[in-house]
Amino acid sequence: MVDKLTPIVTAHWGEEGSWRLENYVSHGGYGAARKALTTMSSPDVISLVKDAGLRGRGGAGFPTGMKWSFIPQDNPNPKYLVVNCDESEPGTCKDMPMLMATPHTLIEGIIIACYAVNAHHAFVYVRGEVLHVIRRLRKAVAEAYEAGYLGADLFGTGYGLDVIVHAGAGAYICGEETALLDSLEGRRGQPRLRPPFPAVEGLYACPTVVNNAESIASVPAIVEHGAAWYQQMGTERSKGAMLYSVSGHVRRPGQFEAPLGITMRELIEMAGGIREGHELKFFTPGGSSTPIFTPEHLDVPLDYESVSAAGSILGTKALQCFDDTVSAVRTALRWTEFYKHESCGKCTPCREGSWWLVQTLRNIEAGKGSPGDVDKMLDVCDNVSMKSFCTLAEGFVACITSAVRHFRSEFEAGCNGTPAWELFPYEASALFAAPRELVTVTSTNEGGAA
Amino acid sequence: MSDHEFMSHFDDAVRIDADEEPTNIDETTLAEMRELAGRYPDSRSALLPMLHLVQSVDGRVSDAGVRACAEILGISTAQVNGVATFYTMYKRRPGGRQHIGVCTTALCAVLGGDILLDHVEKKLGISEGETTPDGMFSLERLECNAACDFAPVMMVNWEFMDNMTPDKAEQLLDDLAEGKPVRSTRGATITSWREAERVLAGFDDGRADEGPSAGEPSLRGLTYAREHGWTAPAEPAPGPEGQEA
Repeated sequence: MVDKLTPIVTAHWGEEGSWRLENYVSHGGYGAARKALTTMSSPDVISLVKDAGLRGRGGAGFPTGMKWSFIPQDNPNPKYLVVNCDESEPGTCKDMPMLMATPHTLIEGIIIACYAVNAHHAFVYVRGEVLHVIRRLRKAVAEAYEAGYLGADLFGTGYGLDVIVHAGAGAYICGEETALLDSLEGRRGQPRLRPPFPAVEGLYACPTVVNNAESIASVPAIVEHGAAWYQQMGTERSKGAMLYSVSGHVRRPGQFEAPLGITMRELIEMAGGIREGHELKFFTPGGSSTPIFTPEHLDVPLDYESVSAAGSILGTKALQCFDDTVSAVRTALRWTEFYKHESCGKCTPCREGSWWLVQTLRNIEAGKGSPGDVDKMLDVCDNVSMKSFCTLAEGFVACITSAVRHFRSEFEAGCNGTPAWELFPYEASALFAAPRELVTVTSTNEGGAA
Repeated sequence: MSDHEFMSHFDDAVRIDADEEPTNIDETTLAEMRELAGRYPDSRSALLPMLHLVQSVDGRVSDAGVRACAEILGISTAQVNGVATFYTMYKRRPGGRQHIGVCTTALCAVLGGDILLDHVEKKLGISEGETTPDGMFSLERLECNAACDFAPVMMVNWEFMDNMTPDKAEQLLDDLAEGKPVRSTRGATITSWREAERVLAGFDDGRADEGPSAGEPSLRGLTYAREHGWTAPAEPAPGPEGQEA
C-alpha cells in the first residue's frame, strides 16, 4: 500500500542550502543522468519514461515519453528541448518553489531528456516576474557547468549539452507552447497555427520538445528507480505522483506531493480544513481555466480520467478553495478580466469575446445587468469556444459556464438589481479585517468601470 | 481639405512615439547587448533580455534603447516596438526606484488583494500604472504571480512579499521610502527595480544564496508526510512482479 503523500521531487526542499550543488549531489544527485548517459541508449530512455507512464504536468497530460518519440531523428536540423517554466495559470504555484528550492532536479532532468531526444541545446523559459527564482536557477546552471554536468563531453561519453535560462517579460500566453517558442525567438508571444507541430518545426523551425518544468523534474527519479517503481503510485491510467497546490480559504495552504488519485477531501484535511466557521463553496481542480467543482466533487479521485469524467480537467492541479463568503460572480469576473488582459489579441473570438464578457459581468456584479444577460453570456461563450489558434478562450468559457451552472441564481440576482457585494459582503472573504468602504469597487479602472 | 483637427484617442500618444528624453546607453551597454545576442543560436532570441537591459539602464524602454536593439539585431525599430509593447513588464514611461505590485487576480483579490491595492494607492497617492512624482515608487496591478499558497501576495521589484496585510504593506512602503534594508519574505535584500531588470537581462548580482530554501507553505506536504511517517515507496523486488510493467 502506497502512502498518501510521497515526497520525491519535494523531498529535500526544506534543507539548509537545498539549492546548492553540494546538497543535491549529497543525495545522489546527477546519478540518474550518469546512469542514463553511460548505461542506456537514447531509445531506452524514451521507452523507460513511456513505461513509467509519466504524463505532462503542465495541464494537458500528454504522455511525456511519447512526446519525445515524436522528434524525427532523421531530420538533419538541430533538436531542441524547451522547458516551460512560465507558470502563470491562476492558482498554479508548484514550479516556482521547485526551482527556488532544488533547481538541480530540473537540470538533471534536462540532461536526461536532451540525451533521449538527441538535443544539444536546452532553453529554460521562466516567467520574468520571479527574480529570485531566476537567480537560483542561473546559479545552478553555472554550478553544473563548473562541475562538468553541462558543457562538452558529459560523463566521458562525448555527449555535449548547453542550457540557457531565459527570462520572459510578463505574458500568460507564453505558457502556451507555440507562443512560448515565438517569444523565445524574440517576437510577440502569439500562438502558431498547427500543424506543423513543434516536434517537427518548433524553435527556429527545428524539431523541438516543449515540456513543463515538473514533468522534466520527475524524470531523474524514474531513471534512478525504474518504471515499475513509478507505476506503484497512481491509478490505472494516471501513474506516478505529482504536486497538488492547495490555496485559498484553507487553514494551511501549500504544496502536497501525492500519488495521482488523491481526493480533494483528503487534501483539504491535510491543509487543516476550511477556515474556522466556514464551509467550502467551490474549488478549481486545475487552475482557473478548469470548470469549477463544488463540495459534491470532494471525493473525485484527482487523476486525469476521473476529473474529466466529472466534467472538469486536472490541469495544473491548482486547487483554489473558496468558502461560503465568496461571490461566484466576483470570481468569474476577476478571472475573465485576467483572460481579457492576457489574450494576445490575435484571434477575434478570444479578443472580442473576453472584452464583451467583462462588460457584461461588471454590470452583473454591480447589480446593473439586464434580463437575459446570463443567457447572452452563455451564448457568447458558445460562439467563442474552440474558435481560436489556442485554448486561452476555453479558460474564461470554463470560468463563466461552470459558475453559471452551479450558481446561476447569483448571476440572475445581478440582473435584477442586486450587486454581488450585497449578497456577499466582500470584506468577509478577506484574511484580515478591513473597513467596508475599501472593499466595494473592485473592477479594473480601464474600459469605463465606475 | 477640412478644418477638422486630428485628435488622438490616446492623450499621451505623442510622448510614446517621440520620446526625446536623454538616454544613459553608452558603449558599455552596447557591448553588453552584443554579448546577450551572442548567447543564442539566433541573435533575435536575445531581444527580450536586451529590452530588460534597456530598462535597467534607462528606467524605461527608451527610444534610444529601441534603436540600439534594432541595430544590433538587424531588425526594424517597428519590430522592436511591436515586442516591447506586447509584454507587460516593459514600461514606456519611467518606472519608480521601487516597483510595487499587488496581485488582484481572483484568489488574491478575494483574500484581500483588492483592499491592499486600494490601501497602497491611497498611501502612495497614485493609481496603478503610475509613478510617484519623486520617482520613488511605481505601482502595478498584478496578474497571478504563482504564489497562491502565500496569498495575498505583493511584489517589490519582482521579489515575493508573501501573506500581506494592510499593516505589513504600510510598514514595507515606509521602510523602502526611508531607505531601510528590506528583505523579501522568500528572496534577497531588496535593491531597486533597475538592478532587478539587470539580473533578468542575464547579468547576475551574486544574491542567489540569500533567503530560505522554501517558504512554509511550500513545505506543508513534506512536513505532513514526516509527521505521519509517509514516504515514497521502495523499489519493487525484482522478479515476476517487477517484470509486470
